[in-house]
Amino acid sequence: MQADVIVIGAGTVGAAIGYGLASRGQRVIVLDGGDRDIRAANANFGLVWLHGKGMDMPAYYFLTRKSVDDWQAFDEELTDATSVDLQYEHRGGLVLCLGEDDFAQRRDNLLRLHNQLEDATDPDWEMLDRDALRKLLPRVSLGEEVSGASLGKRDGHANPLRLLASLHAGIVQKGGSLHRGCSVRAVQGHSGGGFSVDFGSGRASAARIVIAAGMGSKAIARQVGLDVPIRPQRGQILVTEKVMPILPLPTLDVRQTREGSVMIGATHEEVGLDCSTTAEAAAALSANAVRQFPALAEVSVVRQWAGLRILTPDGFPVYAESESHPGAFVALCHSGVTLAAFHAGLLAESIAAGRLPASLNVFHHRRFDVPQAA
Amino acid sequence: MFRKLHESDAPVAIEIDGKTVSAEVGESVAAVLLREADAWARLTPVTQSRRAPYCMMGVCFDCLAEVDGKPSVQTCLVPVCDGMRVTRQCGKRRI
Repeated sequence: MQADVIVIGAGTVGAAIGYGLASRGQRVIVLDGGDRDIRAANANFGLVWLHGKGMDMPAYYFLTRKSVDDWQAFDEELTDATSVDLQYEHRGGLVLCLGEDDFAQRRDNLLRLHNQLEDATDPDWEMLDRDALRKLLPRVSLGEEVSGASLGKRDGHANPLRLLASLHAGIVQKGGSLHRGCSVRAVQGHSGGGFSVDFGSGRASAARIVIAAGMGSKAIARQVGLDVPIRPQRGQILVTEKVMPILPLPTLDVRQTREGSVMIGATHEEVGLDCSTTAEAAAALSANAVRQFPALAEVSVVRQWAGLRILTPDGFPVYAESESHPGAFVALCHSGVTLAAFHAGLLAESIAAGRLPASLNVFHHRRFDVPQAA
Repeated sequence: MFRKLHESDAPVAIEIDGKTVSAEVGESVAAVLLREADAWARLTPVTQSRRAPYCMMGVCFDCLAEVDGKPSVQTCLVPVCDGMRVTRQCGKRRI
């Protein structure tokens, strides 16, 4: 197989890049892993989220804001191409505060972040007191401790599985090809430029490659001179039976789907490559959700799952091109849904053009190559 | 849909959607629902299509109904008792 670009990884990140490349007329091969590979894309919570992100990394704030702002057009274009309803809604997103101290701390943190931005625009958020929050959520009563919330005005949510399915369909629709069950074993850079990729059952070659294989990326990227430090962080999610609409907009850890399920997330656990679920997490997540919305105590949990976030040492994404193997790119992040519009947009455009813009230099993993202070 | 092979010596009465129905001590609410002419327990929450008790052993969740005011009860796991009120669950649960 021969192409302009091979994208290794067909999760939300790889599929968005592949879709964006195919949309720009690039001949694209997207290689999806095996059924037993670790798949963060299948465990995603589904937020399209800005507010609170980017502390000490303004570039990440602006990258996220651009992607969030582009999401509506991205949604429309993708839905036009594939007829899959992504169930995207953007009526804002909430972070509920428990107690007055929590409320004050939330406001202070958001203000500190806003002040770092040196951005003339108004904050993308506002603080709501308990009464204002109650007006926004008339169909559910708030827990006694709820003191208010921050409201991210640009935030929203979508169905992450529909997004993934739609991107896969979109790749093919736009003339690319998607190959499943192709766990990549080896990548080789040719001396005259170009790459060949061995995925066990076959080989493919292309002028450029993009490594977006989640936790599998480390071993692949190393072969083309990209040494990316990533670790898995487990997030567990609970899903309830379907109930009448109670939440018109999501909170950071409770969101109601279009069908009526209430999703409750998420843990942050450093447990290595372990996707199992635990009773302790179910208990803690339930307790937290009930503190916010006591009515949830009556509702049955019908599913629980775990996924592994792809985390860099500072938690921000890595976008880089190899110096030793020009034409080899890597894209890694844990916000594949939020950043999908960016991945299918500017990032795909840059890879199609053959180089990343200077604005993305700050996301190169060389930022981790500084000696640690003793 | 189904009928009993024997008549009970000491029947109890339960209500299904307001209608009084005869049942036998020891049988499940789902079994009584299956003997109704309209043998269904609930409407699905998204497409509003009918679901009837199926696995009869607590696995499939198709037999959910409201029992004595409690929604989403797996009726195949609950034995009848005299005076019990069962309401077929129509669509999404209200909380």
